[in-house]
Amino acid sequence: MMELEKLRHGTELIKRGFASMQKGGVIMDVTNPEQARIAEEAGAVAVMALQAVPADIRKAGGVARMADPQIITEIIESVTIPVMAKARIGHFVEAEILQALGVDMIDESEVLTPADDKFHIDKTRFTVPFVCGARNLGEALRRINEGAAMIRTKGEAGTGDVREAVRHMKQITGEIRALAGKTKEEIMLTAREIEAPVELVIETAKLQRLPVVNFAAGGVATPADAALMMRLGADGVFVGSGIFKAEKPELMASAIVEAVNNYDDPQKLAEISKGIGAGMKGISTDTIPPEQALQTRGW
Amino acid sequence: MRIGVIGIQGNVSEHVDALKRALFERNEQAEIVTIKHKGQVPTCDALVLPGGESTTLGKLLVKEGISDEIKAMHAAGMPIMGTCAGLILLAKEGDEQVRKTHQHLLGLMDIHVNRNAFGRQRESFETKIDLFFLETPYNAVFIRAPAITYAGKDVKVLGTLDNMIVAAEQGNLLALAFHPELTSDSRIHQYFLDKVFR
Repeated sequence: MMELEKLRHGTELIKRGFASMQKGGVIMDVTNPEQARIAEEAGAVAVMALQAVPADIRKAGGVARMADPQIITEIIESVTIPVMAKARIGHFVEAEILQALGVDMIDESEVLTPADDKFHIDKTRFTVPFVCGARNLGEALRRINEGAAMIRTKGEAGTGDVREAVRHMKQITGEIRALAGKTKEEIMLTAREIEAPVELVIETAKLQRLPVVNFAAGGVATPADAALMMRLGADGVFVGSGIFKAEKPELMASAIVEAVNNYDDPQKLAEISKGIGAGMKGISTDTIPPEQALQTRGW
Repeated sequence: MRIGVIGIQGNVSEHVDALKRALFERNEQAEIVTIKHKGQVPTCDALVLPGGESTTLGKLLVKEGISDEIKAMHAAGMPIMGTCAGLILLAKEGDEQVRKTHQHLLGLMDIHVNRNAFGRQRESFETKIDLFFLETPYNAVFIRAPAITYAGKDVKVLGTLDNMIVAAEQGNLLALAFHPELTSDSRIHQYFLDKVFR
């Protein structure tokens, strides 16, 4: 037998390495094994197992919690690609349950109702990696400091309106660009202002990108939306309601996967976007009252 | 000299960086290109198939018309290194999991693979392993890693872990179940470059 004590599990390298393996890929929200197989067949790099897609969570109201473990297990058994699932912000027991189920990455997500109004989960004590949402550099670096192996924009989930994801991606990349050319004392001041650990701000300034993989999420609904987020510097894309709320989910899923590989080729994007049916109807983020915005959950 | 890294999805920039580092160490020159579309593979002298998700990579390699180009260049003797998902793509045959997803395989190497031989992400690990061509152990990073369950007579086994084959070569093909691009130890990229510059 293998000498188990010699195998090092859940190290920072293993967690960030997993996130890195997802680069250039599309991660799709699914609510049952059939949808999971459609996503895998379409070329998704992973699926996010959910009880309901964000558009339906938004419609239903009430308290949104971790998905039923039965659903998650059925999805895990139905595909060979990685399966992710969401835990409420701060709800470390939901996260422990997801880890026990064999989920490959946990999304500590603002789409669910937060369980703690002061603390996010201490992600360093888990073996499985986490992804967390962020709207700006300070928020992204605080999550990385707590152990997140991947960052995604929050956007505004369940709307099919990409504007907030664009805003958050430009905010983060803009703040990183602004760090270039700053002196060490100016960077220390910035770190204080954005409430982020100074070492991580220095590392980000040097790398000129986040120290972990940075995906786009929250409102991506078409191949063009996905390509737009890649053009803005995303390492990959989460598509939530955008696939299975579309008129023809199989075609939309395949087209978004191809669009991410061809994001810089408008001619090919035009071909890819033809005859794939209508995108999700969606809801303009203009019309959402502030108290119903999901992106303001977490800090 | 031109080395291509398939850049569709996964650990692409890490392989580019690792190749640059290895070239610098051995004081040799080569142009490194990332490949997402048809027409580039035939211009290369060597190729790297990085890790990522093998189902996604297989699908897009076919869709973009790269798969047939790789097969043709392999027949012409091009050195190819496949890591993790890249190892799966090199294989002739996969396990039940690979078959049920209609996974596209290049089928260049006489090996059978088990797609997630070491389990899910929580079971992923790093550990020191012995490789036949290295004098000291190598810290190998296994992420939802595959293993080789059968190696044909022309395949040379280079390393095992718990009786599973995790590194092998067949002529100009080099297959690894782990991720040499995630650590700063460049000895595996050097071994591949030995084939390229031979």
